[in-house]
Amino acid sequence: MAISRESSQPRRRRLEVEEIGDVTVINFVDRKILDEQNIQIIGEQLFSLVDQQERRKLLLNFRNVEYLSSAALGKLITLNKKLQQVGGTLILCNIDPQIYEVFEITKLDKFFNIQKEEQAALQAF
Amino acid sequence: MPIFPWGSGRQEVLSPVLQTISTPMPPQHHLNPEPVGSLTIPTDPSEARRFQDKIEQALKQTDCPPHDLFSIKLALEEALVNAIKHGNQFDRTKNVQIEYRILADRFECRITDEGTGFDPNDLPDPTSIENLERPCGRGVMLMRYYMTEVVYSPKGNSVAMFKIFQNGKG
Repeated sequence: MAISRESSQPRRRRLEVEEIGDVTVINFVDRKILDEQNIQIIGEQLFSLVDQQERRKLLLNFRNVEYLSSAALGKLITLNKKLQQVGGTLILCNIDPQIYEVFEITKLDKFFNIQKEEQAALQAF
Repeated sequence: MPIFPWGSGRQEVLSPVLQTISTPMPPQHHLNPEPVGSLTIPTDPSEARRFQDKIEQALKQTDCPPHDLFSIKLALEEALVNAIKHGNQFDRTKNVQIEYRILADRFECRITDEGTGFDPNDLPDPTSIENLERPCGRGVMLMRYYMTEVVYSPKGNSVAMFKIFQNGKG
């Protein structure tokens, strides 16, 4: 079930969502997660997966992402907190080495559960 | 006007590298598009994006290695977001002033907003566990990591930074 179809607003689709078993796998449509407005929309769509659709196992696949800013990291931190509050799990995978460095600098590599590949990530839930 | 007019901050002494770049250098005429620029943009993220795209294209025509290009793009993004969001608070009647130079071995820029400024030394450590969920400080931390040097004006509403290309290592 794609988020775009659930939204009545004429917003460009930011996330591809699919179910693999009981895990919700999310791919980003954008190569760059930068603009304030985009980050806001991505955040809302991710939060609605937890708050409205009650998904509890989220896997964020970063394979399309070449770029992200600190504002995007803030949304991921909030998402992780939301999931922890309801006993859910967030795992990130396929992070480009340059972006992984951003996680390392900000010490978020220790904060998030990060797996190399999607298959390994699916096993880690 | 040199890109770094304030020395390197309140307590520190001007580093030798900053002294060098504060000295006007001859223009690099072989670079295309123009390697030196000064512009004023409104408080509008899409205007900032246009400028960033222009700089990216210009840097791709230099010896700037891919990892340094990533670094500069990230630092520019954080600095412009700070100017628009925290400095001018999305007030479209205010402007952001940008000055930049692209030289054969480095990129320099200064970004100034019309906000009240802040003390970059007062930011909470974004890597400590109690601050992880706070939105502030991470951008400035990334700028400092990715650029060779980052210097704020005494008021804190203007940031100057430069990156020396790490050829062969980037």
